[in-house]
Amino acid sequence: MALKCAGALLCFSAALMAQSSGVELYRANCLPCHGEDGQSISGVDFRSGQFRHASTDEDLSRLIRNGIPGTGMPPTNLPDAERRLLVGYLRSMNRTAGAKAAGDAALGKEIFEGKGGCYACHRVGSKGSRVGPDLSAIGLQRNPAYLEQAILDPNATIAPRNRFVHVVMKDGSALNGRRLNEDTHTIQLIDAKERLVSISKSEVREYTLLTTSPMPSYRNRLSGAEIAGLVSYLASLTESQ
Amino acid sequence: MKIIWILLAAPLLAQIDSDRLVHAGSEPQNWLTYSGEYNGQRYSLLDQITPENVKNLELKWVFQAHSTEKFEATPLVVDGVMYFAAAPNHVFVIDAKTGRTFWDYEYKPSREARPCCGSVSRGLAILGDTLYLGALDARLVAIDAKSGHPVWNVEVADPKLGYTITHAPLVVKDKVLVGVSGGEYGIRGFIAAYDAHSGKEAWRFYTVAGPGDPGVKTWQGDSWQHGGAPAWVTGSYDPGLNLVYWGTGNPGPDWNGDDRGGDNLYSDCAVALDADTGKLKWYFQFTPHDEFDYDATQIPVLVDADWNGRARKLMMWANRNGFFYVLDRETGKFLSGHPFAKLNWAKGLDEAGRPMRVAEVNPTPEGTLIYPNLYGATNWYSPSYSPRTKLFYIPSWQNSSMVMAKMPAEFTPGQRYGGGRSRAQEVGRRGMENTPVEESAYGSVLAIDPQTGDRRWEFKMRDVTASGILTTASDLLFTGGREGYFYALDARSGAELWRASLGGSEEAGPISFRVEGKQYISIAAGSALFTFALRD
Repeated sequence: MALKCAGALLCFSAALMAQSSGVELYRANCLPCHGEDGQSISGVDFRSGQFRHASTDEDLSRLIRNGIPGTGMPPTNLPDAERRLLVGYLRSMNRTAGAKAAGDAALGKEIFEGKGGCYACHRVGSKGSRVGPDLSAIGLQRNPAYLEQAILDPNATIAPRNRFVHVVMKDGSALNGRRLNEDTHTIQLIDAKERLVSISKSEVREYTLLTTSPMPSYRNRLSGAEIAGLVSYLASLTESQ
Repeated sequence: MKIIWILLAAPLLAQIDSDRLVHAGSEPQNWLTYSGEYNGQRYSLLDQITPENVKNLELKWVFQAHSTEKFEATPLVVDGVMYFAAAPNHVFVIDAKTGRTFWDYEYKPSREARPCCGSVSRGLAILGDTLYLGALDARLVAIDAKSGHPVWNVEVADPKLGYTITHAPLVVKDKVLVGVSGGEYGIRGFIAAYDAHSGKEAWRFYTVAGPGDPGVKTWQGDSWQHGGAPAWVTGSYDPGLNLVYWGTGNPGPDWNGDDRGGDNLYSDCAVALDADTGKLKWYFQFTPHDEFDYDATQIPVLVDADWNGRARKLMMWANRNGFFYVLDRETGKFLSGHPFAKLNWAKGLDEAGRPMRVAEVNPTPEGTLIYPNLYGATNWYSPSYSPRTKLFYIPSWQNSSMVMAKMPAEFTPGQRYGGGRSRAQEVGRRGMENTPVEESAYGSVLAIDPQTGDRRWEFKMRDVTASGILTTASDLLFTGGREGYFYALDARSGAELWRASLGGSEEAGPISFRVEGKQYISIAAGSALFTFALRD
């Protein structure tokens, strides 16, 4: 290493340059679809450190070269060296994103399906409710730190597509649900009965876009080990099917 | 993770089950299958819009697809929610009353897919809470109808070999049925059924007879291996007989039959299959040894009616080859056949319904003038049958012709396997401008009396049509054409009662549905979906 880098300082600079080049390659080739922080495509989050179609660096490099047939991921003609830089940057996105899941995923699954009551609102595969966000591939979408925070403090970050609304119609009837779409004149939501409901705002007396999550905090409901297990289980959910 | 204020114990709404699909006609507020009902009649019991008030139709909403491809899909409507697939495989679930989106799911087919004639989707099927999409890369995709999440995704065939799926699947009981496109690539066509819950293949019927099937003798040598006969339009179903009816396409190579001597079963056929096993019950071949590309890929229309004083289960079929047929759908027996457009390749049909060919009218190396042309006297566009008027309505091409020449054909996997070329007669259309001449083909809606084959009326358009037809219980007929006009006609007389100019070719079937007491009519034109209802 010393011979190649002619000193630690130069090595450090080379490493920085490599990372910098990886960023540039990322911005030139990946950012338009994947976004600055790698989470613009539904079901894909580079910050999670997990990739549906790749596990090793070699897999990732091959994936960048060949694309993924049947998806919007195109092949590239980047040379090997640039693909290596890009892989390095993709890996670094996870390192900067936070902690790894270290709990007992089997325990987490038990919590999820048992006393956590998570299926009451969430769906994994073909099980559970569609009222809350689908978690089938949450391990690809969120990193463990984010998942842990969501369990301890559900109000900390609520994605716009997961905001709930409370609607009171002019006839006095009320409706709650997760907002799917909204425009100047209408709102589309999925309600508690999993119905897809479209509402004309002209028929609405009161409309509240909730700033808090209907999900309770599990800070005092689960032990540290149980929360860690739950995080690990959620981080393991990587398939949308 | 409990939601505090939502009552989760509330029961789910009634799902679309097999029983509802069988009795789809009893809930005319919905449009539950590609053709509205299993019988393929594309007839709606809704009658709020009448010949008297149809002039008061107004546009309620437009849905613009994010695609410049043709919008060929027929939407489904279930209890006020509309489901469809925009080209190529972009599924949208929208509010049927306003056109606003609940969710969308874009399946991106493999770039290995090589559709012959447009990267299109003609629609979806639904069962329970699941939508089924036949994808352009010959995969069958199940999607959660409430959330848009994919449930399963299975390979039906290899897209690299030219297989694609463009039509709406058909759900029968607990199975999802699809056929494959690819008749221009030397595929071996088939129709297959998949378990609706798991995606596991339940049965497969090859539309090209192979070893073990006596029909293989209708193929010279091993030509059956690349015999085509795709099944690219949705079939129909008779629950009482438990038979699925499907039309099959041309044999391959399309325009050169020199190396595939014989009738080439089961190309250009109507096939009747046991819905549970896929076993062939009967077949009827419309165009044996076809060299004109006369796919029998039309919607089988099932009608129960008197025939010569006896109640019979009939199948009516206006074929691309220019003949209108009536068959007994229990046995496949030919009952009658009459030409409905100018044709020169056959003198008529014999007693068994087999065409009596004109010997000199065949594709030759020098080229031969053929009526109708390879697009046919009709094509895949849905016809309609009204139980009220007892008329069969055909979206037709009249006076169409083409000089067709055969060329050598060599099979290469995944490559075109046509064996010919064609030259259209002077038609006058160049891009957006149309300057038709005497030889030009034109489109028309034909009203045929199935009992006699007689034309009751014809509604002519200057350009050809690609639109399906809808009839309603108020004796209205809705249709369009390539000029972009969307019409309401009097189904009894053919008189034009209303029209709108939608600015794009209608290449889909109209539907009708009802939300909150109001009847709507939807039709795709260009790359958008338009929905009309009476003025408030």
